[in-house]
Amino acid sequence: MKRAVRIIFATPLSVIGVILIGLVVGSAILADFITPFPSHRGTVVDFDNFNQPPDWTNIMGTDLVGRDLFTRIIYAYRISLILGIVVLLLAVPLGVTVGLMAGYLGPRVRFVLMRTTEVFLSIPPLVLAMSIMGVLEPTLINGMMAVTVMWWPWYSRLVHNLTLAEREEGYVLAAEVIGASRFHIMFVEILPNCFPAILTKMTLDLGFVILIASSLSFLGLGVQPPTPDLGSMVAEGARYLPDSWWLTVFPGLAILVAVFGFNLLGDAMREVLGTHQ
Amino acid sequence: MTVPLLAINQLAKMFQLEGYQVHAVRGVTVDLWQGECLAIVGESGSGKSTVANMILGVYPPTSGQISFKGQPLGAHRTKSQRRAIQLVQQNPFSSINPSRRIGATLKLPLDVHDIGTKGARMTRVEELLGEVGLPADYATRAPLTLSGGQCQRVAIARALASQPEMIVLDEPTSALDVLVQARVLILLNELRRKRNLTYVFITHDLAVVRNMADRVAVLKDGQLVELKSTHEIFDNPEHDYTRRLISASPVITEEERIMRNRLREGLAMEAVE
Repeated sequence: MKRAVRIIFATPLSVIGVILIGLVVGSAILADFITPFPSHRGTVVDFDNFNQPPDWTNIMGTDLVGRDLFTRIIYAYRISLILGIVVLLLAVPLGVTVGLMAGYLGPRVRFVLMRTTEVFLSIPPLVLAMSIMGVLEPTLINGMMAVTVMWWPWYSRLVHNLTLAEREEGYVLAAEVIGASRFHIMFVEILPNCFPAILTKMTLDLGFVILIASSLSFLGLGVQPPTPDLGSMVAEGARYLPDSWWLTVFPGLAILVAVFGFNLLGDAMREVLGTHQ
Repeated sequence: MTVPLLAINQLAKMFQLEGYQVHAVRGVTVDLWQGECLAIVGESGSGKSTVANMILGVYPPTSGQISFKGQPLGAHRTKSQRRAIQLVQQNPFSSINPSRRIGATLKLPLDVHDIGTKGARMTRVEELLGEVGLPADYATRAPLTLSGGQCQRVAIARALASQPEMIVLDEPTSALDVLVQARVLILLNELRRKRNLTYVFITHDLAVVRNMADRVAVLKDGQLVELKSTHEIFDNPEHDYTRRLISASPVITEEERIMRNRLREGLAMEAVE
C-alpha cells in the first residue's frame, strides 16, 4: 500500500495521471447515473436535435441522429476499458507463460518459443489485427481476440529477458538443489520478481490497447454500431469537418485523455518500482 | 569394510565454449568421510566451483563418477539423493528470493521432500530459525529487512531443513564482514558437531581453512595438486603452487586474530554449556 501511495505522488504529472484515470474509470463505472441520457448509448433517433453544437443540455453536442455525444463518450469508455482489461487478462498470462518457459527451460525451448514470438512481433500490429478482422466478423469479441493475438508477444519478450537475468540468481540454484519442480521455480520463484515490470507494462499498455482498438474501429473493423465506440465516432464525424467539429474533437480528446492518463501513471510506476526495461 | 560418504573418482568436466573446449576439471579423485570437513582451495578459475556443482548435480560430469554411500549418482538424481546433499552459497542476498517471506523460503524443502505433516511444517520452520540463532518471528519477515549475516543464517537453515548428511559451502563467509564471518563459522562448526554433518568447504580464504577444515584439497587448473590434512599442508606444503598460495596469504592478520579469539570464545562457551 505504501508503494501505491508513493507511485501516485511520485511527480506532479503522476498525480494528474491518477486524476485522469480516476475520471475515466469512475465515469465508465457510474455511467448509468452521471450521463444525462443513458438510453442514447443504443439505437435512439431524435431528428429534432440532430447534429447540434454543444449547449447546456448537450454539453458536447449531439451526433447525426440526435444522440447526446457526452453520454455516448462515457459509454464508449466503458466498452474501451472492458476491451482493454479483457485483452490484457488474456494476453498477459499467455505471454508471461511463454516468456518464462523460453527463459528457463533451456536453449531448444527458447529457440522455438522466441522465434515464434519474433514472427508475431515482426508483423506491424495494425496490419496483423486488420488481417485477422478481415477474415473474422467485426464484432467486439473478435476485436478482442485480434488485439490479444498481437499483444501477447510483447509480454513473452519482456518476461523472457527478465527470466534470463533472474535464473542466474542464487535463489534459483537453491531451489534446484532442493529439488523443486520446474513449475515451482518458474511460477513461484521467478515470476514474483517479474511482477513490478509486468504491472508497469500493463498500465502503459491499457492506454495503447484502447488506442489500437479505436484505430481498428476507426477503420470500421472493430466494435459495430449502435455500440458506442470512440474510434467509430471519430470516423463518423471526420466527414463533417470542420463544420460539425464537435463530432470528432470530443471523441478524439476522450481517447487522448485515457491514453495520456495511463501513460503518466505507467511512467510513475517505472520511476518508483525501478523497472526501466 | 567402510565406504566413504562421497567418493569422487576421476572426475572431469569439459565445457564447449563457442567452438573451443575448456577443461574446467580434469581427473579429480577424492574420498569424503562422514563427519569430516574438506576444504577445496584454489584461485579463481581453478575448477573448485565446477567440482561443487557436479557434487550437487547441477550438471553431470563429462567423465568420471561420484558415488554417495557406495551408490553412483546418475545424471538425474532421485529426491532422496538430492535431499542428502545441500548447498550454502556465497551471496546471501542473491540466494534468498527477495519476493518471498523467510518462512516460505524455509518451508520449500519441507514441502518438496514431504517432511512432517503439513500442519507441523510452520513449527518446524520456527525450530530451524532457532537452530541458526534467529528469532521465530523472522518467518514472517521479508528478506530485504535482514542483514547479510542474518540472510546467511537463513540460507544455512534452508540447507538444514531437508536433513542432509552433507553440505557444500561455497564461500559462505566471503561476502560477510569479519565479525559476522566468525559467528557464522562458529555456527557451522556447532551444527556439524551436533548433526554429524560432512562439509565441503570451498574457499580461497586460508585463514578460514585453518580454523575449519580437517583436510585440504588444492586445485590448480582443474587438477588436484595436493590433498593433505590441514595441519600438514600448512606445516609442510609440498607442491610449489600450494607454497605460493600459502605465502600469498597474510600469515596472521588482525582479522584472523579477532576471528580466532571469537572462535575460541564460542568453543569455550559451548564447553561451559
